[in-house]
Amino acid sequence: MLKILKYSFYDLMRSRWSYVYFAFYLVLGIVLLFLNSDLSKAVISLMNVIIILVPLIGTVFGVMYYYNSKEFTELLLAQPLKRSTIFLGQYLGVALSLSMSLILGLGIPFIFYGLMKSNVIWDFSLLLITGTFLTFIFTALAFNIALSNENRIKGFGYAILLWLFLAVIYDGLFLMSLILFEDYPLDRLSLIGSMLNPIDLSRTLILLKLDISALLGYTGAVFKRFFGTNFGLLISFVILLLWVVLPVLRIVFKAKRKDF
Amino acid sequence: MINIENLHKRFNKNVVLSGIDLNIDQGGIFAILGPNGSGKTTLIKSILGMVIPNKGLISVLGQNIKKDSTYRKEIDYLPQIANFPNNLKVKELLKMIKDLREDESEDEHLIELFQLEPFLNKKLATLSGGTKQKVNIVLTFMFDSPLIILDEPTTGLDPNSLIQLKGLINTAKAEGKTILITSHIMSFVEEVSDEIVFLLEGKIYFKGSIEELKKRTEQSDFEHAIASILKRNNA
Repeated sequence: MLKILKYSFYDLMRSRWSYVYFAFYLVLGIVLLFLNSDLSKAVISLMNVIIILVPLIGTVFGVMYYYNSKEFTELLLAQPLKRSTIFLGQYLGVALSLSMSLILGLGIPFIFYGLMKSNVIWDFSLLLITGTFLTFIFTALAFNIALSNENRIKGFGYAILLWLFLAVIYDGLFLMSLILFEDYPLDRLSLIGSMLNPIDLSRTLILLKLDISALLGYTGAVFKRFFGTNFGLLISFVILLLWVVLPVLRIVFKAKRKDF
Repeated sequence: MINIENLHKRFNKNVVLSGIDLNIDQGGIFAILGPNGSGKTTLIKSILGMVIPNKGLISVLGQNIKKDSTYRKEIDYLPQIANFPNNLKVKELLKMIKDLREDESEDEHLIELFQLEPFLNKKLATLSGGTKQKVNIVLTFMFDSPLIILDEPTTGLDPNSLIQLKGLINTAKAEGKTILITSHIMSFVEEVSDEIVFLLEGKIYFKGSIEELKKRTEQSDFEHAIASILKRNNA
């Protein structure tokens, strides 16, 4: 699997898009630092961008890479390699190169700004960790969609819809349900609701870590009580991990049964 | 070598293979023929494990192919359409496949044979169809495996390369290897193959030598013999 990973990784490192993605984060990091001239505010602005953009890039890149490397995949399938090896290798290649662009692109300007000496280093690390999780989650989801759809246009369509649903529509539905049932106690429902969506979960995690839970409104207190504890943090990471593991398992399952 | 029992495959509602039994024990050149859509490529891809059968058993060199993927080390496969990762150079592609197979290879001799030296540093996307097919052939023949599967190997080749290809096939045969070929060029099939496997509507319609086929169809010419089968079955 390491060999496939290596070739997929090199293949991506050679493509222009990895550099564009890296350069984008580099510029974003620098601009935010200059505009805010305050590390902790820059981290908050970054969060808003990362939470929406990382899933989008992961989804689009994942689908694009899968369809573009169809020939490569077919070549590999005739070699003495296991199918799970081939697809996991490609998946990790994409997810790792995207994560690297993210971590280096944001990390470099922040380190130069003096992150190491500042006390927001933990907030910043949490930001990068959730960003990496989101990359792995959405690349895996994208691979799932691409594996199930021979038709590229359909595959792209479903991938974008999935992103739109989790990044935008889910929040809308969630909010509407809160308004609809406002006469009932909703703290548990809203807690579960935000844990089921990886984007919401990441956002909540970061916001609470930044200690601005007042922004979360009336359920903020409940959230703080839950996520603020080590137990809540642990549960959150377990759920993020599940969001990676389950789609990856489906990649292996689907790949084993697919005709090429 | 290859043992196929009761192989069934359908894609959605489209039945492609319906009960193939095929046994190839000895070395030699076997041509898999049949009209378009008769399941030639599906049969080949089933042997390679790229297509998963709905029913049936395939074993290669005594090993059930469902169980593990190492048997593919004993197979050299030439795919029908030479599609390669476009942003790789020819040299890098060769190196990558060698790295993945971890096998002895004799690519230098083959590169010389097909005069590919000037293309080694070019990207695969820039190559012509015929040149890609030559690269494809080099990739296939550079390993020394007992089983060789060629899907339409003559596509896009110039006469000189075609002669080289026939030479390679005959050398492989002389070494006692088993070679499976599909082709629509009947003269090529007649020239190289020892035995014919004729597929029709997902079943094996005929298996035997060219002479037997001619006798059975009462035709003196191979191409006409094939045509008469097709006509008789309205295929």
